[in-house]
Amino acid sequence: MRQALEGSQAIARAVALCRPQVIAAYPITPQTHIVENIAKLVADGRLACEFVSVESEFSAASVVLGAAVAGSRTYTASASQGILLMGEVLYNIAGSRVPVVMTCANRAVSAPLSIWNDQQDSMAVRDAGWIQLYCADNQEAVDTTIQAYRIAERTELPVMVCVDGFTLTHTLEPIDLPTQEQVDAFLPPYRFSRTLDPRRPISMGTLVSPDFYPEARHAHHQALLKAADAILAADADWHAQTGRSHGGLLQVEGDADARIAILSLGSVCGTLADAREMHPELGPVKLIRLRAFRPFPAESLREACAGLTDLVVLERALSPGGGGIVGAEVKAALFDMPAPPRVHNFAVGLGGRDIPLETYPRLLQAVATQAPQPFALFDVDPGKLPVEDR
Amino acid sequence: MIEVRIHGRGGQGNVVAAYLLATAAIDEGHFGQAFPAFGAERRGAPVVAFVRIAGQVLRRHNQVLHPDFLIIQDHALLHVPGVLDGLRPNGGILVNTTLDVSALEAQLGRAAIALPATQLAKAHLGRPVPNTALLSAFLALTQMLPMHALAGALGQKFKGELLERNLRLIEAAAQQVPAGLWKEVAHATGA
Repeated sequence: MRQALEGSQAIARAVALCRPQVIAAYPITPQTHIVENIAKLVADGRLACEFVSVESEFSAASVVLGAAVAGSRTYTASASQGILLMGEVLYNIAGSRVPVVMTCANRAVSAPLSIWNDQQDSMAVRDAGWIQLYCADNQEAVDTTIQAYRIAERTELPVMVCVDGFTLTHTLEPIDLPTQEQVDAFLPPYRFSRTLDPRRPISMGTLVSPDFYPEARHAHHQALLKAADAILAADADWHAQTGRSHGGLLQVEGDADARIAILSLGSVCGTLADAREMHPELGPVKLIRLRAFRPFPAESLREACAGLTDLVVLERALSPGGGGIVGAEVKAALFDMPAPPRVHNFAVGLGGRDIPLETYPRLLQAVATQAPQPFALFDVDPGKLPVEDR
Repeated sequence: MIEVRIHGRGGQGNVVAAYLLATAAIDEGHFGQAFPAFGAERRGAPVVAFVRIAGQVLRRHNQVLHPDFLIIQDHALLHVPGVLDGLRPNGGILVNTTLDVSALEAQLGRAAIALPATQLAKAHLGRPVPNTALLSAFLALTQMLPMHALAGALGQKFKGELLERNLRLIEAAAQQVPAGLWKEVAHATGA
């Protein structure tokens, strides 16, 4: 049954349905409503778990790492500077191969200070070794949160569910919350294979000498690549159980035979989909949505890009002095294609700048009239730049 | 699709108003979406929230740039630049004001609806929170949703005495505006 829920409230309810045993979080805009709602569920006796109020995001991540290796199902959430403060622990969680589920309420990173949405925060920890899944709407955020536990516990890897801050977290939409029975059937009780137990002592997080370090890194890399199957299986099983699928690794819609495609991730994909339907006169266009960014679905991407002449990569972050982050990875994946499309790489909607429907015709016009952009910020107003940068 | 932009001040329940309207629509089987455009969050600062109501899934997540209707929770906000921007040519403006409608229309230079929502709220709630009175008037004007849908949404938000007072408030507010005046505009845009 569909009910009206704010994104954060829906995510909190989804987390509770997964029966986490330890939750630790520190509030940061725009993630705050998620943990507030969870804290309320715990206080009201509707969620039986250990809710640890900590003094920083570093501690939040540390608590869930410790709880996870002690065998608990865990949850945390953060955004922006909070994700960066967690940074060291995020690498430790992933490198220890521990299943933790976290929501990143995607937000810009300071300076300049911005509380609003882009995806610089999760992109900044791209290399931490976490699975990263990006959600297009709040129904997907709910379903992906539940799928994330299945994926994390099957792969023994942490999963970051990336949800656009404000744009999704503070948007009320109709949500179909699954029943407790559905979630229980999907998520059997969690047993961690390497639970710390004084009766069977093992060491974790020990010093690894050069004799073994590259092998540990190789194994971590392979585990992430193999996690693609677990992501696909979780989405397929969820579809069988609820009738809802979110595309597995990558979702393709629009005109299958189009020569032009636009690729993006997160909530802007829905805006592009509506804009495409409003503009049939602009010709056939395919829309590609990266749901999984880690592992990077290179093979699915090449299949989706077969026959294209032009691909617009629209991203919500950048690597200053380098260019596009998603764009660089897409280009690398397409490099081996026999006839790769021209790639036009733009960052859009940084620091909460609205991404209107008009973005769609303007992008297509740029493809039709301009040489491919190695990388550019799409909606920069020259009048607001210092004279020397115009 | 009907798009509404609600202007208010921090503390007036602007986001709550948007959520209540979308909740009422969703509970009636429509698709609805409501979200704030947060600025500096502090009491008294101008804030904006958006509502979309449609017959099919709303996939877009951009701001409402061309609303069909404006709900203004504080008359003084009419002096803030940009408050009327983008309103569709035949769109409606509902303002919380103690001015009568002719004085308001003379000030705006266009048709508008005046509702003394703060006074109504003070009388029924004992608090100067104009949002639910304005929503009630909006539904009476557009008739896009039955009043019991708003009452149901309020029932999810408030309990006991406060709910009872709000229910009396929305009944009183609905009678202060011309019923169905915006019905055709709302119908043409198609909820």
